[in-house]
Amino acid sequence: MVSITINGNQYSVPADYSILKAAEENGINIPTLCYEEGLTITGSCRMCVVEVKGVRKLLASCATPVTEGMEVQTESERVISARRDILRLLIANHDLRCLTCERNGDCRLQDYCYRYKVEDTPYKGDKKHYPIDTDNHFFIRDYSKCIKCGKCVSICAEVNGAHVYDFMERGFDTKVTSAFDDTLQETTCTACGMCVNVCPVGALVEKSVLWEGRPWEVKKVTTTCSYCGVGCQLKLKVKDDRIIGVTADKSGSNLGHLCAKGQFGWEYVHSQDRLTDPLIKRNGVFEKASWEEALTYVAHRLQGILQERGGQAFAGLSSAKCTNEENYLFQKFMRTVLHTNNVDHCARL
Amino acid sequence: MKEILVCGGTGCISGDSRLVHDALEQELSRQGLEAEFKLKYTGCHGFCEQGPVILVTPKDNFYCKVAPQDVPNLIHQLKEGKVYDELLYVEPTTNERILTRHDVPFYKKQQRLVLKNCGIIDPENIDDYLSSCGYKSLQKVLKLQPEQVIQEIKTSGLRGRGGGGFPTGTKWDFARKSVADNKYIICNADEGDPGAFMDRSLSEGDPHAVLEGMLIAGYAIGAQEGYIYIRAEYPLAVKRLSIAIEQAKARGYLGKNLLGSKFDFSIKIKQGAGAFVCGEETALMESIQGNRGMPRPRPPYPAVKGLWDRPSNINNVETLANVPVIMEMGSERYAQIGTEKSKGTKIFALTGKVNNTGLAEVPMGITLREVVFDIGGGVSDGKKFKAVQIGGPSGGCLTEEHLDLPIDYDSLLEAGAMMGSGGLVVMDESTCMVELARFFLSFSRHESCGKCTPCREGNTRLLEILQRIVEGNGEMEDLDRLQSLGENIIQSSLCGLGQTAPNPILSTLKYFRQEYELHVKNKVCPAGVCKALLSYKVMEDKCKACGLCKKSCPTEAITGEKKQAHKIDVSKCAQCGVCMEKCPFDAIIRG
Ligand SMILES: Cc1cc2nc3c(=O)[nH]c(=O)nc-3n(C[C@H](O)[C@H](O)[C@H](O)COP(=O)(O)O)c2cc1C
Ligand code: SF4
Ligand code: SF4
Repeated sequence: MVSITINGNQYSVPADYSILKAAEENGINIPTLCYEEGLTITGSCRMCVVEVKGVRKLLASCATPVTEGMEVQTESERVISARRDILRLLIANHDLRCLTCERNGDCRLQDYCYRYKVEDTPYKGDKKHYPIDTDNHFFIRDYSKCIKCGKCVSICAEVNGAHVYDFMERGFDTKVTSAFDDTLQETTCTACGMCVNVCPVGALVEKSVLWEGRPWEVKKVTTTCSYCGVGCQLKLKVKDDRIIGVTADKSGSNLGHLCAKGQFGWEYVHSQDRLTDPLIKRNGVFEKASWEEALTYVAHRLQGILQERGGQAFAGLSSAKCTNEENYLFQKFMRTVLHTNNVDHCARL
Repeated sequence: MKEILVCGGTGCISGDSRLVHDALEQELSRQGLEAEFKLKYTGCHGFCEQGPVILVTPKDNFYCKVAPQDVPNLIHQLKEGKVYDELLYVEPTTNERILTRHDVPFYKKQQRLVLKNCGIIDPENIDDYLSSCGYKSLQKVLKLQPEQVIQEIKTSGLRGRGGGGFPTGTKWDFARKSVADNKYIICNADEGDPGAFMDRSLSEGDPHAVLEGMLIAGYAIGAQEGYIYIRAEYPLAVKRLSIAIEQAKARGYLGKNLLGSKFDFSIKIKQGAGAFVCGEETALMESIQGNRGMPRPRPPYPAVKGLWDRPSNINNVETLANVPVIMEMGSERYAQIGTEKSKGTKIFALTGKVNNTGLAEVPMGITLREVVFDIGGGVSDGKKFKAVQIGGPSGGCLTEEHLDLPIDYDSLLEAGAMMGSGGLVVMDESTCMVELARFFLSFSRHESCGKCTPCREGNTRLLEILQRIVEGNGEMEDLDRLQSLGENIIQSSLCGLGQTAPNPILSTLKYFRQEYELHVKNKVCPAGVCKALLSYKVMEDKCKACGLCKKSCPTEAITGEKKQAHKIDVSKCAQCGVCMEKCPFDAIIRG
């Protein structure tokens, strides 16, 4: 543990903490755009700079470890002046059509401009305009809104391992994009959508939410993904009792990471073709039945076939959507009740 | 045997020194004089202004601007044991011919310690290096404990010559104390500052000294591998370093169990694509690893986690070339050179509006005046001194009032400039300081890697403001914006590029604010450089209607008949200034 002073108050924090973490755990908020827990610290946005006594330049609090006796100011005049300029610079090169932006009201750039009273920018000049890339099935890429925080680059490389994104060109011409600026179909993209979830602004947006509702009208419902036994936690974006999208939930064992199915494969929930009741085929036609009726029918037939033909007449296929416990029970049932080892599992989805 | 040392540095080569060398070779062989004269093709002699240059031993007669056709006459004189007067250096003020190199004012105040072999030995021949005490320091070092070597470097007071001025011994100590299966020594030969060429000249002229420095550093920190990161735009340096590595391997100065010790060391060359930011140490290591050259935050410092995540020590070419010198002369003697906190010498690349452009090695603490006026021979074309830009695009400008400032790390920093890698550009009254700041900023803007917000976005905005000002569209608020945005970029950028890019603006604003104000308020460029602010006018009373201006104007903006005062049509004038140069009666003025 080391003891440090932040804004005049003393705190004792673990020695391996960054200034940012030390502040956060003690209820002091420092603004960040490129910081994301679990990803490599790039220190690129510079929003989190703070003043440390005895150091001539401001330091990025995300990338600076605490040291014994350190004296930190998180909102000094120098710090605020630097942050305000960073925000003015960002909005000077940002497509400011906030009125219709899907992230309006849920945007760090907006929040910090409000917090630091940045109403406009004095830096008028060159501005990057890129056509919106709508080519992939699941989300749009609107790089006129990208603030080059690099979080999509990191999450894709470090968590997914697909390495789809990187920086192209340099300096003011820097663009975050896929290799050769290609559409995502031409890359190793697995459509996990984690890039969309980490983007702090409206540069990466799911197609399903477009024009479906403002962020404050959308309810976020934490649930468990129904696709596989991992049981990833996620948040459903729900508007008027309909799902319009999914976003990360960091509380579960998946730490907010998702795959294409959990992120984008929820359309079936509202499908007209979904089975909602058990059906029994009678005279060649499926008819609605009660659960009691359906289960009794299945039990009866299983017993009949077992007596007539023996266990070898059965084969059981279970699902990767089930939990381990359910799959265990299923094979146990097949072996001990139906007397067969013909049991397999669909984890080849 | 007399030696004829022909400069084979890049500057002289571009002046055809290779042809001079070949002509000498032929002439010596034609006359059967090979036994009498040894011909060598050396590294840079430093006095590039006068190239191609030749030095003839043992008297060190120094010949300038030698052309292949001069060779027969030169040989003729040398054969007779005479000096060939025609090609000797002429001191411009006295018109006197100067016989020997050390009497040439350009060399007089220099202390060529690190450059001692440059221009003397054949850089492609290891025997030449060995015969000038080469690899003796390594032999000495291998008998010491690594800690003792580090102590020597600490005692010498050597500080990094790559710009930062960090104490080299302390840095080695950090790397020594890191525990790992492998460590690296990296030699930074990226040299991206426009106008700087000391690292190139050292690598071209004395490549083994660089290798020896790396070997000693490797032994001190416990590394077995070294990388030289050098820009691909330095093909001659790459070639000579490669030859040196091969020769050192063949002679057992690189490889396993060096000179019978337990020390193994190998060196690889990695060629960079020439991005300025790849000279920054963390970006450089990314680049060696095959990644995009972008800096990363420190800590972790390279001494803890560097190349391939191993402890690494990175030093500049000149820093490393100092190491064998220190070990040879002893750290205490070395520490007597220079000032209290800046020891040894520093090589400067002297360019701009100065008579003697070239490479000069001077003891730390020498004054700016001595460098510009004694070594540099003063401002060219008899113009008035205005300022120097020291430290390249990261540095600042210093004015007349700083001429007696001692050149050392701390005084320069205090005055708002920096040592940088050693670029020194002299400016005269015809230099526009706003345009100068604009020039350096356009470099930094172009070279920003784009990773962090202040540098990526901010430098573009600074440049846009400067562009407005030189075009006559500036407003007074722009000056405040330059100041405050510049300070914020310095304060909040991630790496040294952004942290120093606004320096040329801030220092010119500080010392030449009036010049900025004239551009903004009066729409005037006092130096007569910013085209958009210039207008040319014929003074009727002085015009003799000779018509020369009319003939020379490329845009046909001038009208006038015989015996009639001429006129310039402002709407057609392209502000090229040719008419003013051509007018024999000084009848055209610029305002
Ligand atoms: C933008 C930038 C460019 C740099 N370029 C060079 C360079 O070309 N050569 C160099 O030796 N150091 C350069 N440096 C400094 C290096 O990061 C590093 O400090 C230096 O190589 C350390 O060596 P030294 O201690 O021997 O000076 C640069 C730094 C920055 C921020
Ligand atoms: S697309 Fe979003 S996440 Fe990616 S760099 Fe741009 S702003 Fe950051
Ligand atoms: S200061 Fe400039 S060069 Fe350095 S990391 Fe930031 S953008 Fe890149």
